[in-house]
Formats: sequence, C-alpha cells, structure tokens
Amino acid sequence: MDQALKEHINQALQKGYRLDGRKLDEFRELKIETGVSSTAEGSARITCGATDIIVGVKIDVGKPYSDRPDSGTLMVNAELRPTSNPDFEIGPPSIDSIEASRVIDRGIRESKSIDEKSLCIEAGEKVWMVNVDVCPLNHDGNLIDLGGLAGMAALKSARFPKLVDGQPDYHEHTKEGLKLSCVPIPVTVVKIGDNLLVDPTFAEEKAADARLTVASLEGGELCSMQKGGNATLTSEELNKMIDLALKTAKTLRKKLG
Amino acid sequence: MTEAKEQSKLLVKDHDVVVPGEVLAEGMEYLPSQGTYRKDDRIYANQTGLLIVEGKVLKTIPLAGVYLPKRHDVIIGKVIDILMTGWRLDTNSPYSAVLPLKDATFDYIKKGADLTSFFDLDEYVVCKIFQVTSQNLVDVSMKGPGLRKLKGGRILKVNAAKVPRIIGKRGSMVSMIKQATSCQLTVGQNGLVWLNGEPEQELLAVESIRKIEVEAHVPGLTDRMKQWLEKKTGKKIEMKPDEEFPEDRRPRHDGPRGPRRDGPRGPRRDGPRGPRRDGPRGPRRTGPRR
Amino acid sequence: MAYKKRHDGRKPGETRKIIAKAGVIPNADGSGYFKIGDTEAYAAVYGPRELHPRSQQDPKQGKLRCAYNMMPFSGQGDRVRPGPSRRSKEISMVMEKALLPVVDLEAFPNAVVDVFVELPQTDAGSRCAAISAASIALADAGLRMRDVVAAVAVGVVDGMKVVDLDYEEEAWKEGDVADIPLAMVPSTGEISLVQMDGRVKKDEFVQAIEQAKPAFDAIADAQRAAIKQRYADAAAKVE
Repeated sequence: MDQALKEHINQALQKGYRLDGRKLDEFRELKIETGVSSTAEGSARITCGATDIIVGVKIDVGKPYSDRPDSGTLMVNAELRPTSNPDFEIGPPSIDSIEASRVIDRGIRESKSIDEKSLCIEAGEKVWMVNVDVCPLNHDGNLIDLGGLAGMAALKSARFPKLVDGQPDYHEHTKEGLKLSCVPIPVTVVKIGDNLLVDPTFAEEKAADARLTVASLEGGELCSMQKGGNATLTSEELNKMIDLALKTAKTLRKKLG
Repeated sequence: MTEAKEQSKLLVKDHDVVVPGEVLAEGMEYLPSQGTYRKDDRIYANQTGLLIVEGKVLKTIPLAGVYLPKRHDVIIGKVIDILMTGWRLDTNSPYSAVLPLKDATFDYIKKGADLTSFFDLDEYVVCKIFQVTSQNLVDVSMKGPGLRKLKGGRILKVNAAKVPRIIGKRGSMVSMIKQATSCQLTVGQNGLVWLNGEPEQELLAVESIRKIEVEAHVPGLTDRMKQWLEKKTGKKIEMKPDEEFPEDRRPRHDGPRGPRRDGPRGPRRDGPRGPRRDGPRGPRRTGPRR
Repeated sequence: MAYKKRHDGRKPGETRKIIAKAGVIPNADGSGYFKIGDTEAYAAVYGPRELHPRSQQDPKQGKLRCAYNMMPFSGQGDRVRPGPSRRSKEISMVMEKALLPVVDLEAFPNAVVDVFVELPQTDAGSRCAAISAASIALADAGLRMRDVVAAVAVGVVDGMKVVDLDYEEEAWKEGDVADIPLAMVPSTGEISLVQMDGRVKKDEFVQAIEQAKPAFDAIADAQRAAIKQRYADAAAKVE
C-alpha cells in the first residue's frame, strides 16, 4: 500500500470525506437480482458501486461425515478470481480468498439458519450438500459483506432438485426450498487512522489498519465475528464498530426483501 | 486503373467508431494507414478506433489500449526498486523504466549515498523518457522543466488512449479543470494523473476526468466540458493553454506510437520475420538489468 | 429413428438467441460478454502487462494466455469443483490457439495479454461462447487484431446437420451425435479451432461446416456491434 495514498485518504477523512465522496457510514448504491444462473439451484447477482458478484447455490447429494451421519452439509467458497481485479493471480486460492470463504461460511453456519439435520435423506448414506459459490466478476472491495448478502439471497431463492432413484435430476426442481430460520447479515467495518467506515472500496481495504466483520440476525443478535488487519483495537473501538455494523445490517436487511 | 478508381467506395464515415475486421473501403483508390490494412481490394480496420479520413488515407485514433513507452514522453512513474546505480520505476505499462543516478538530479550524489533519501519506494515522480530500445527497455530522466517528485495527493489511473483529450490543446482541458477545482493536476502520457486539492474539489476533478474519458470520441468535447464545469462551479472558465504545455502535444497521438509500429506492417505478419530494424542485437540479457 | 425436427423448433442452420456486449468488467483493460441460448460467458482482458515468471517471457513477441473457468454451479450436472481441471486446461489452450492467429503482439516483447473467461451458466457450446466473448474483450482492449474470431459448434445429430447444439442435442440418446466446436476468422474464412467428438461421415462433416458460414457472419456482426454499442451509448448519453 502506498503510504502517500494512505495519508491522503486519512487527510480527506479528517475533513469527513472519503475519496469517492461518501460519508463514513454510507454504503454504495446496491442492487440484488436473483435467478441469474439457470444451472444453479439458486443464484443471485449483487452490484454495489463497481463491485459485481455472482453467487450460485448448488445442491447435490453425497455421503455424510461419519461423525454426523444424519446431517447434511453447507459450504461457502469465495474465490478472488483474476478476472475481477488486476491484483489477483491465477493459482491456488490465496489466503484472502480462504478468509473470505470462511467468514461468510461461519456467518451462515453459526446462525443455525439452516438446520443441517433437515438435509438428511438417508442417515449414514445420503444427505443434501449445499454449496454456495461466491464469484466476483469485478472486485472493488467488500467481498465479504456483499458475498454474504448475495449468498443469503441465493439461498432464499434455491429449490431442491428432484430425486430420481436417490440421485438428483438437475433438470427438474421441486417447489421446495431451503428452510431458513433466520437471516444472518455480515457487515465489515474498517478502521483507517482514527476513522471507522463501512463498505470499503478496494483502495480503502488496502489502506485499512484493521477491520471487523460482524454477522448479525434480525433482532440484533451477533452470530460470528472476525478481526482482520495488523492494528489492534481498543474495547471502545470494538464497541463502536459493532454498533456501526448493527446499524448498517438493518439497512441491508431491507434490501434483501 | 481508371476502372478500379470508379469502383472504389468508402463504406464508413469520418469519425465513425470502427472495429477489427470491419470493411472500411472497397477498391484500390483508398490507402491504409495507422490502424487499418489492405487485403486484396478491401481496406479493413485492425484496431478499435475513431476513423479519420484524410483525403484517400484511412487511419484510426485508438480508443483503448495500454500505454507503450515512447521517447520524449513525460510520464508519471512509481519507484518500485532501488538499484545499485539508480531507481526502477513502474511506468503503468508492461515495461518498467530505469532512472539512472546521473539523470536523477542536478545535485551531486556521493558514492554510497542512501538513494532512498532522494526517491523512496512507492513515491511517484514526473519524469521524461529519453531512451526506449527495441525490446522496450526504458530509461528516464528527471532533468528538465516540470520534472519532479510528487508530494501528497492521489494518483488516478485513466485510459492511456484518452490522455491527449484529458490534456487538451496545449493543456487547455487541464487548465479548465484547474480553474474549476483549484486542484494541482499533472497528467502523465502513460495514463496516470496526479491530483491534489480539497476533498470536494478533488471529487469534481475526478468526475471531470472520468467524463472526458467516456465522452472523448463524441464531437464538441471542449465546449461541452467548459459549460459543464461552469454549471458545476458557477465560475467563469477560460479556455486557455496550461503553462505546463508550451506546445500542442496532441498530434503525436494521431501518428504512430513508435518507430516499430509505423503504419501497416504488410507482409511481416505472414511471411518470415526480416532482420530487426534496430540492427543486430547484443547478447540477450537474462538476469536483472544493470 | 432419425432426428427430423430440432427439439426447440430451430432451423438446422439457426443459432440460439445471441446477446453480445463490451465493457462489462470495469477493472479490466477490455471485456466482453457473449450469451448464446443459455450459455453465458464473461471475458476480461488484462494487459499487455509484465509477465512473471521471467522464464516464460518471449523476447520476440508478447504472449497470449487464456484461462477458461466454469463457475462451480454452471454445469448441467453436479457441482464443478473450483480450480483447474484437465478439461479446463485443455480448453484454455485451444482458446489461445483459436485467438492468436488474429492478434498482433509483436509490439509487446516479453509481455503477456491475459484473457480470463467466466461462465455463470452453460447449456453446451461453452468453449465457443468463451472464444466469442474473449474476442470481444481483446478488441475492446484496443489490441491490434486483423479480425474478430467467431466461434460456434456445429454437429450431426442422428443424421441432421445442425448449428449450435444445445445440451439436449449434444446428449441425444436416440442416435449418433457428432459435436464439432469451430472458430473462424470471418473475413477470410480461416478456421482456427476445430475439434470433434462423435461418429460422422467425412462428407457430412464438410457439409456441416459449410452450412454454418452464415452463423459465423452473424456472430461476427454481433461481436463488432457490441463494441460499437459501447461508444454509441456514451454518445447517446451526451445528447
């Protein structure tokens, strides 16, 4: 990260401005569309500023883990595709991709929104495996929040494929969707200098000293958290960041409809 | 010949946007130039660009494309490495440049001096390209008017093909943006723009530059920008040259980008490669340069 | 039982509906979108840019490097595991061969042009859609190229010579199917990609290609129009 740019961002923030003119707690204009992939069981596309992400849900059938024979599985995978940003390279998933995957994953998993037991077809033999793949087409920051939000939209829209002789027929879907008991929404707050801001752009993410992702539920209950970045946070800052995340989650929740 | 002449037909208009493989003219009367080529009795475009019809010559002004270093260009470079005898700069192109010690400053640099005290990693400098080899090895200099280290501010990446429009005739566009926003502004030929000002003013400068990028191919750009800036700021904007641009740099853009890319290449594409114009090359460099 | 009428009512030489766009990925130096039926491809071009590692550099000219990627949920069957597979690597390679004949990279020694293609949904013909999208992206990036490359599959389905097979035709069970992905340089008729899977007589193969000529022209028209549209849209906004 250029030290000069960081200083410049900081100077503007002192005057209450971000480089793109937004207020510190302002999200970019956001749009969610579902049903964007005919081959996925559920899908959504989210655009927010210049960030553009397609999320698909694939529900297939597999063998359960031996320690949990009556539970289906849920897995989130996010990839920083080189298509979406000149900084990303071809190759095995970077640690940033893995972290984004895991943070989005835990937000959904730990909220217990999806009852994994309800995904059991035949204990010990066959369970539904729900895969959420987050694929950015153009990455200009905030992959975790936007991937998580679009992930929930895609999960809501998903329909199970028909089972024929115990195998899924992906060309025919039932009317049955996933039962979601609650909707977790992740919000990331980044700290640049002494300022806390939401929905960082790619440049702001690179300039950030620290960040905190907070996934929360309808009533404001928290369900997962992750601190990132090299700087430490005071407990006062932590408090403020959670408040800002909760406030932002409320607005985002409305976008999900 | 007369017969061929009668049959010649221009299929597009001056200032049309043309795209690769598009047939521009039929018959032998028209001549291909930059961005166009002849095959049999047709002339085709081989680059997305704005068509310029000059008499019987058909050429295009590119609308996109990364920057390629060219001698005498003033660019904005970023220090990415400190060498034994100078600095390596990123030029926002596939080729990095070397700023040798002797061309870096008029000051005397003592042997063994800490070079980062002159230019440190990640710092940006305005410099001038004084040499480009056939393999695009680039040397730059900091000796000259306006060449300097950039302090503060931010760098904006723009479409390098639109730089001449962002500068305007003798810097008139730059001058208008400066008048409207009171920002400091430097445009590198390599598609990097440096600006520094009050946050709100900077936003307007960014918006102006983005607007120019998008609308560069639409006629009447300068007047449109003048009106737009006046409306945005309520200030009277004067259309005048900018002090940094004593001469009109625009025409260079219409011409070839470098000696190797001069006009249509004709048979070189299909046939065997002839000897390179730059003469015999020395032993190939393998390791890091210098 | 011979295949007499296409299951979706198309004429033998007719492609599915085509949508082409340019400038769809702002971070890229050039980008393209190509949709044919339910097969959809996004292509991003980055470069020419510096090529790492150095050992891969070619001092004579720039390199073209393609990467074809199906999004994990974009297949007709099970989830496609992320990351390169033998299939995706081979397709990436044939894409390079299909596109390279039109692209002039002589001005960029030691550099690389990266072409990344992502497919959010597929219904057969994905490598052809990928090539068509990539070609739009290369032209949008301002690279020198003597023409676009248009690609579409042709085939013989249970005796009928058809253009642009969809999944149902490709997986036709009641007779032999030959699937022939093709790419063409439309201005010269040169073929830059040909693959074939399935059993077919030689003259049927030749006729199937011949029948597709108008489809290639239609695809090339859509590709060129996509790039022009990008600039027309900007002009319309001004007025």
